[in-house]
Amino acid sequence: MPISHATPSFVAPECEGDVLQVRDLHFSYPDGHAALHGVSLKLCNGDKVALVGPNGAGKSTLMLHLNGILGGHGEVEIGGQRITRDNLPSIRAMVGLVFQNPDDQLFSPTVFEDVAFGPLHMGLPEADVRARVTSALEAVRMSAYKDRLSHHLSVGEKKRIAIATVLSMNPSILVLDEPSAGLDPRARRTLINLLRELPITMLVSTHDMALVKELFPRTIVMDEGRVVADGLTMEILEDAELLTAHGLEKP
Amino acid sequence: MHFDAFDRYHEKESFVHRLDPRVKVVVTIVFIISNALLPDGAWLAFVLAWLFLLMANLLSRLGVAYTFKRSLVALPFALIAITVLFSIPGKPVGSFSIAMWNFVITDAGLLRFVSILIRSWLSVQIALLLVAVTRFPDLIHAFEHLRVPAILTTIVAFLYRYLFVLTDEVFRLLRARESRSAGTAGKRPGGGVLWRARVAGNMAGQLFLRSYERSDRIYNAMLSRGYTGHLYTLNPHEMKSRDYYVTAFAIAIIFIVQMIGRL
Amino acid sequence: MHYSPVPMHIPDGFLSLVVSVICWITSASIIGLAISKTNKALGERQIPLMGIMAAFIFAAQMINFPVAGGTSGHLLGGALAAIVLGPWAGMLVMTAVIAVQGLLFQDGGLLVMGANILNMGLLTAAVGYGLYRSASIRSNKIKLGVAGIAAWLSVMTGALLTSLELWLSGTSQLQVVIPAMLGVHALIGLGEAMITVSALAFILRTRPDLLGEESESAKGGGGWIWVGGLIALAVVLFSPLASTDPDGLNRVAADLGFLGNAQSGAGPLAGYTLPFLAFTSLGKIGAGIIGIIVVGAVILLVGRGMKAKA
Ligand SMILES: Nc1ncnc2c1ncn2[C@@H]1O[C@H](COP(=O)(O)OP(=O)(O)OP(=O)(O)O)[C@@H](O)[C@H]1O
Ligand SMILES: [Mg+2]
Repeated sequence: MPISHATPSFVAPECEGDVLQVRDLHFSYPDGHAALHGVSLKLCNGDKVALVGPNGAGKSTLMLHLNGILGGHGEVEIGGQRITRDNLPSIRAMVGLVFQNPDDQLFSPTVFEDVAFGPLHMGLPEADVRARVTSALEAVRMSAYKDRLSHHLSVGEKKRIAIATVLSMNPSILVLDEPSAGLDPRARRTLINLLRELPITMLVSTHDMALVKELFPRTIVMDEGRVVADGLTMEILEDAELLTAHGLEKP
Repeated sequence: MHFDAFDRYHEKESFVHRLDPRVKVVVTIVFIISNALLPDGAWLAFVLAWLFLLMANLLSRLGVAYTFKRSLVALPFALIAITVLFSIPGKPVGSFSIAMWNFVITDAGLLRFVSILIRSWLSVQIALLLVAVTRFPDLIHAFEHLRVPAILTTIVAFLYRYLFVLTDEVFRLLRARESRSAGTAGKRPGGGVLWRARVAGNMAGQLFLRSYERSDRIYNAMLSRGYTGHLYTLNPHEMKSRDYYVTAFAIAIIFIVQMIGRL
Repeated sequence: MHYSPVPMHIPDGFLSLVVSVICWITSASIIGLAISKTNKALGERQIPLMGIMAAFIFAAQMINFPVAGGTSGHLLGGALAAIVLGPWAGMLVMTAVIAVQGLLFQDGGLLVMGANILNMGLLTAAVGYGLYRSASIRSNKIKLGVAGIAAWLSVMTGALLTSLELWLSGTSQLQVVIPAMLGVHALIGLGEAMITVSALAFILRTRPDLLGEESESAKGGGGWIWVGGLIALAVVLFSPLASTDPDGLNRVAADLGFLGNAQSGAGPLAGYTLPFLAFTSLGKIGAGIIGIIVVGAVILLVGRGMKAKA
């Protein structure tokens, strides 16, 4: 049932050097299903932003636009550059997109090969690739796992390696799709600590409102292909009416 | 459910484990070719080849009989060769009859049959050893180096990675089928053969679609990490002098076994 | 837990070196062709697709259904792979599946892998696809029926070729192995046909676009129809002939030089010496050449070893 949305009552924090800007993005899937209806948002350097909303809100679809895998109508700018065909490789190096299912993200037989895939395909020389693999694995506290086989890892380990696979590309923004889904409490805790420590701009879609509250100062709420709220997490979590209207719960 | 049953690698600290995978692949292939070239009834050579295997088992620290214990996998196929027992002309060494047929086993036939089995049994053992002492991804690298086209090694790498994921899915589907077709006590569950085949076919179709969609997501994940249609790999291995010596030594031994077999 | 091996995976030792090598050369040439065709025709999307499809075929071979008396129906998948992916990609996928089965699970040997790939991968894909494409009619019922026949015949051709290889290697007698293999595989082929048809029906119901006019499945040229049709025809005509008149074939094999001991019923390539070098003097020269190659290789390896750093 359609919900009539009030104009967003929160104003996103202003900033200068935008890492990411999306203006009036529309997108329909080939089967005609319209998934995005004019999405706009901005991310600044160092922002850690949660993206929440019910199933089918369009969060994943939006994320696929951020590195040009999908191309809808509207503008997407990364680090001030509009995404075009020619700058796709550099855009993809800047936006580290991690998919929801780590089995889709980790497609190589060994951890090393997976973490090396990004830097290798950026055309870096072998020594740099190896150095980046080492530091990316260190960043997610998984150095000991370098030679492991991907299919032997637990879900929590897979998720952390999945993050390493994009960290090795030195992205300027990390885009994570539901990183805490399917994790047990301890693995979830490890992940939260990891995300807190990573000194990088991030946009994280999640249904885990406790995670939102704990980690992200700013939250964007999406529903039915639109941004319906964008502001301080503290304030959004207090707005009971907004939360119930979009199927969210206060943690 | 986790399919460790699919893992054939046995982690051990051994000299053989540390060899470059190319060495192990080449020696394995040379050994198998040599077996195929050994004449029927080259008993001494067969025994020497078997000693070579035992040595390799020992050096791998898997226990002398590691491959021996697992080497019966090819045995059912022996049925195919059973006719040579009766069909090669020679001195009769035994006979038996089933129903109205009388089978006469000849000495020449027996010789050939046993020789086929031994060759097969030796070859399957070294193949078993190869995957026990080499991780499969390293084998893939070895084949990359030995000039197997990249498109094939890439498909094999994907196959290996997703073997586990998809067989998990199959077993979930099979379990779902079982729990739905439990049936009432005393009654045979499920319909006729056609119906059962349809259920199996639907499972295959469903698995196909899921896999197809997964390949889309994987493709997106690859694009996100800079894939543009050309694949690059890093080679983690480098041939050391030891690797060359071992190859030379192994080939020399196999050659001597071959000579002895042809004396 | 392990899948039950299909009797077509030949282990090492059961084919003579010459037959194995001939099969490897044939398979490698066809695979090479398939690679160059797929490189030309397919986008970069196809690499992960073929990889996952190989895993799919591998996993789908574990789906079974009880038939009767403890036996069960299985999928081999050559025809299915070729129908949904197109013939060339289907061949590469089957090659990878058979390679992993042989390498990782010793389900099929290594030296004979060329033969296994040829029998179970390349031939089944060509026959399955060619026959399926011959149904140019739009009706899905007819298409599915033809796919079933194609799947059955693809298994039968594979079994026939396997029998011939075993016979040429002196491992089996023609008059025994052909009826035995074809008899067993007539049943296995029924399982294959039923699963293939219902899987295709499922795909047609849920994602008709994957089998439609624009799909990879529809891109193979008319040449495939000929290839598939001719091979199938050859099987239908050849099998009864081979099992009723094995002496004729033995004679042909003798004339082709495959023969060491034609009189013995054991088959022509009883693998004593290199068969093409059957004459003693030639045999000696051949053995000498092999010896020189091996000694050369050993010297070369030792030399490299001294150069490489420890
Ligand atoms: N490949 C596709 N083809 C057609 N429609 C799609 C496709 N993928 C997603 N959709 C539709 O687009 C809409 C947005 O989906 P999306 O996956 O972006 O939602 P989401 O917010 O990520 O949801 P979730 O929380 O469940 O992950 C949904 O209605 C979905 O059905
Ligand atoms: Mg989503």
